[in-house]
Amino acid sequence: MSVVTLTINDELVSAQEGETLLSVLHERGIDMPTLCHLDGLSERGGCRLCMVELEGSARLQAACVTQVQEGMIVHTHSERLVKYRKMILELLFSERNHVCAVCVMNGNCELQWEAAKIGMDHVRYDYLNPDLSMDASHDRFVLDHNRCILCTRCVRVCDEIEGAHVWDVMGRGVNSRVIIDLNQPWGTSQSCTSCGKCVQVCPTGALSAKGATVAEMEKQHNFLRWILDGREKNVWSYGNGK
Amino acid sequence: MSVKTSPQSRARPRAATEHPSGDPRFSLIDRTLKRFSFQQDALIEVLHTAQEAFGFLSDDLLIYVAHQLKLPLSWVYGVATFYHFFTLTPQGQHNCIVCMGTACYVKRAAEIVAALQQEYQITAGETTADGRLSVSTARCLGSCGLAPVLVLDGEVLARETPESALERVRQHLAEHAGGAKPETNGAGVRERNGIESNGGIHEPI
Amino acid sequence: MNRSDLEAMAQRELQRQQAFRCRILCCASTPCLSSGGSAVYDAINEAIKEGSLDAEVQAVSTGCMGPCSRGPMITVQVNGAEEVIYEHVTPEIGRQIVAQHAAADAPNREATPEVESAPSLSKHVLPGDIPFFVKQKKIVLANSGLIDPERLEDYVAHNGYKALAYALREMTPEEVCREIINSGLRGRGGAGYPTGLKWDMVRKARGDKKYVVANGDEGDPGAYMDRTLMESDPHRVLEGMAIAGYAVGAEQGFIYVRGEYPIAAKRLERAIRSAERRGLLGSRVLESNFNFRIDVRIGAGAFVCGEETALMASIMGMRGQPIPRPPYPAQSGLWGKPTLINNVETFGSIAPIIQNGAEWFASIGTAKSKGTKIFALAGKVDTTGLIEVPMGITLREIVYDIGGGIPDGLAFKAAQTGGPSGGCIPAAHLDTPVDYESLRALGSIMGSGGLIIMDEHSCMVDVAKFFMEFCMDESCGKCVPCRVGTVQMHRLLERITDGSATMQDLETLKELCVMVKETSLCGLGQSAPNPVQSTIHYFLEEYEAHIRDHHCAAGVCTLDKRPVTEWVHA
Repeated sequence: MSVVTLTINDELVSAQEGETLLSVLHERGIDMPTLCHLDGLSERGGCRLCMVELEGSARLQAACVTQVQEGMIVHTHSERLVKYRKMILELLFSERNHVCAVCVMNGNCELQWEAAKIGMDHVRYDYLNPDLSMDASHDRFVLDHNRCILCTRCVRVCDEIEGAHVWDVMGRGVNSRVIIDLNQPWGTSQSCTSCGKCVQVCPTGALSAKGATVAEMEKQHNFLRWILDGREKNVWSYGNGK
Repeated sequence: MSVKTSPQSRARPRAATEHPSGDPRFSLIDRTLKRFSFQQDALIEVLHTAQEAFGFLSDDLLIYVAHQLKLPLSWVYGVATFYHFFTLTPQGQHNCIVCMGTACYVKRAAEIVAALQQEYQITAGETTADGRLSVSTARCLGSCGLAPVLVLDGEVLARETPESALERVRQHLAEHAGGAKPETNGAGVRERNGIESNGGIHEPI
Repeated sequence: MNRSDLEAMAQRELQRQQAFRCRILCCASTPCLSSGGSAVYDAINEAIKEGSLDAEVQAVSTGCMGPCSRGPMITVQVNGAEEVIYEHVTPEIGRQIVAQHAAADAPNREATPEVESAPSLSKHVLPGDIPFFVKQKKIVLANSGLIDPERLEDYVAHNGYKALAYALREMTPEEVCREIINSGLRGRGGAGYPTGLKWDMVRKARGDKKYVVANGDEGDPGAYMDRTLMESDPHRVLEGMAIAGYAVGAEQGFIYVRGEYPIAAKRLERAIRSAERRGLLGSRVLESNFNFRIDVRIGAGAFVCGEETALMASIMGMRGQPIPRPPYPAQSGLWGKPTLINNVETFGSIAPIIQNGAEWFASIGTAKSKGTKIFALAGKVDTTGLIEVPMGITLREIVYDIGGGIPDGLAFKAAQTGGPSGGCIPAAHLDTPVDYESLRALGSIMGSGGLIIMDEHSCMVDVAKFFMEFCMDESCGKCVPCRVGTVQMHRLLERITDGSATMQDLETLKELCVMVKETSLCGLGQSAPNPVQSTIHYFLEEYEAHIRDHHCAAGVCTLDKRPVTEWVHA
């Protein structure tokens, strides 16, 4: 695999061909806000927080779905980008009922972290205050639409890692919801394996374990890397280790 | 060598001719499934046929389609709710679609919708409580020269005012007060209350 | 079938048509049908039968003739005489037309020079030399309204499939691409990307399989060019696709037809089957080594599916959500294979280019925008309908000459092009030539061809709100700026139209417009703010009047609320 050289924030950087810009930024320790991206899952390019400026291109590009190219000149934290990121976070907070003070993920929430890091202290738009339900019909987990940001990590992990495809998105636009099977109570799903991967990858308090109260829920992503590495090394295939 | 079949397996219907529910409309779906040789990318075509045959997509139908195409249930549900053509609830006996395309909008179609909503106490996209009338809006029926346009049970009414439109709908409902649905043209078996949101316009080939 | 069979078929059909002394062409496209066109066609056929004129007079159901607001339309062709066009035809008038043109001057009777004999009939004659017809230039729609779209023979008689036959025999795929590049044809779907370059890209892309897709998911409210083309001349689109398939090396094509267009879908299906039966599509097209199949896919009501990656997702049976580009469809499209995707109008322009040459096509239009463009002229003009005009014509000519001006003596206020992705052009720019660059410079776009004319009774803030509501409903929900941004912009516009907005809200709105435009994932979000931005640019005083003076000049908005700040300070 060949190596390409690019300039990120006036600094020369080398990267491997085929890598995404986002992974290069992470390797270099450049802080880049993300919500829908998660190492180990396919990229979605939906949250638009990792937008960067590329010199010579009129359009902004999402770093998670942009491949590095020789001679690319990237700016990641221009004034305009920071402003847009803040606005996007404000839009997310206005969309549903994100009340941190009573959320199980208070203090551990990725949405909350990103907002705090960028210094978003108020929302200039109307809160849409949708009337949304919770689903506590599952034995071990709870789904709370009020906290969902439609990053679809749960959909992707269930499809790509667990292989059950219990989750999907219904409707469109601002009326989209994540659903289980035929939009039915979680507890009645026959395809759900209760593996809990969706809960662990959820960045907010939309999916949590039962029994956790305010600020008690913490999530672990490392299982993803472990599964993927295992797959790559054929740890679980027949005939291995004989 | 003859294979002895158990009673259960003999009772199992052959998909194309009969269906466990005994409903012949399923054979229409099976025909489309076969035409696309059960390929998963035919999902939208199959849902079109299903809605045409049944009037709306019930949970049972979605499960049937999902199993036939070997797709996850949530996938099918997600697709069915993404597209405006598909409806998951039964429609009224009569249906009235008001065009809200730009040309109709410029000629004040919104006032027609408001008049209908007030008269029948429903918002666009809903069916009256007695199941008599569904009112919906459409994004341009492409008859912009005739704006504003509405479609009442397949009949196109052109250049209407709120008053005249309301009068036509009242008259139409009164004419069919017996509950008999006027015959709409088009192929396929139709359900008693099955006027499709697309006006029954997609004909299987 | 080979080339000489094609020629023979054309000759046979021409002879058959010339055998009739009089042909009555009845428009059978959606607008005319919905104003009663099929009853007229039946009445005419009945009258022909009653008068036993079957051998001399033929009634043909054709495609669109143009002035849709005057429908149902009928054109009468009598041997050795000029065509006569009738508007607003009823079944009764239809019978009179038969009597006038067919029965009256039948050869066995005394030729009666009394054209004015039926005064009720002459009222319905539409002169063929009015600007509506004269100012147009029909290339893509040349056959529309002349041929029976359901008969392959009729299309072949009008030089149909000749371009395909020529390309297959005389040109290499590379030469076809070169010809399209030289013609200067640009994508008619709205963005205006050079078609030939796209073709060449797909041709050079590596892949064991390639696909050609025709985008007929025309979602702009108020636009119906693609539908009319597919309804009036389906073979024209198929021929263009087959030539494209040959040029890029694809063996499979799809036409994605909007679900609201049942007649178009049916006619395309029929056209494909009859072309396959005659060996003009399918395996070994025209006895060459080229195979090309076309399938129709029906949309299910989602505007976003007009975006190419969303359209491909929909063809593959998924939710019609766009995916980030690159990779472009030309490299990785349907099922990961190189895919050529063009608008149906673009495919409609292909056959004439191959037949008449790139130079001929490039001689029409302006320096950067070649050829003609079809517009669906609607709104507050005298004659609405479908028009095909050379690029570079001014808006004034379209509105006042072709459209016949604004009815009721009102003043022109704005022309809206490009639907929810476009903008409003005020009266001051009426003399702008219509081409891709000029419209973009005005903050609008060419778009797929919707052209809505508004008079002083339209409130521009309300218009912006209308389009924002459309985008809000049609947003697929994948990316945040479009999903939530459109809702917030709509809320702000709603506040302006109900009187509860402050000047700060206008600033917030402007800021949101820029952000949504720059950060959205696909074309829908990136262009959703256009109607707002262009109306703010040209009609700022109207926004300010709404906010500051609670006054709506057009009298559309209710403005019955007050800003919260006024309550606080009161």
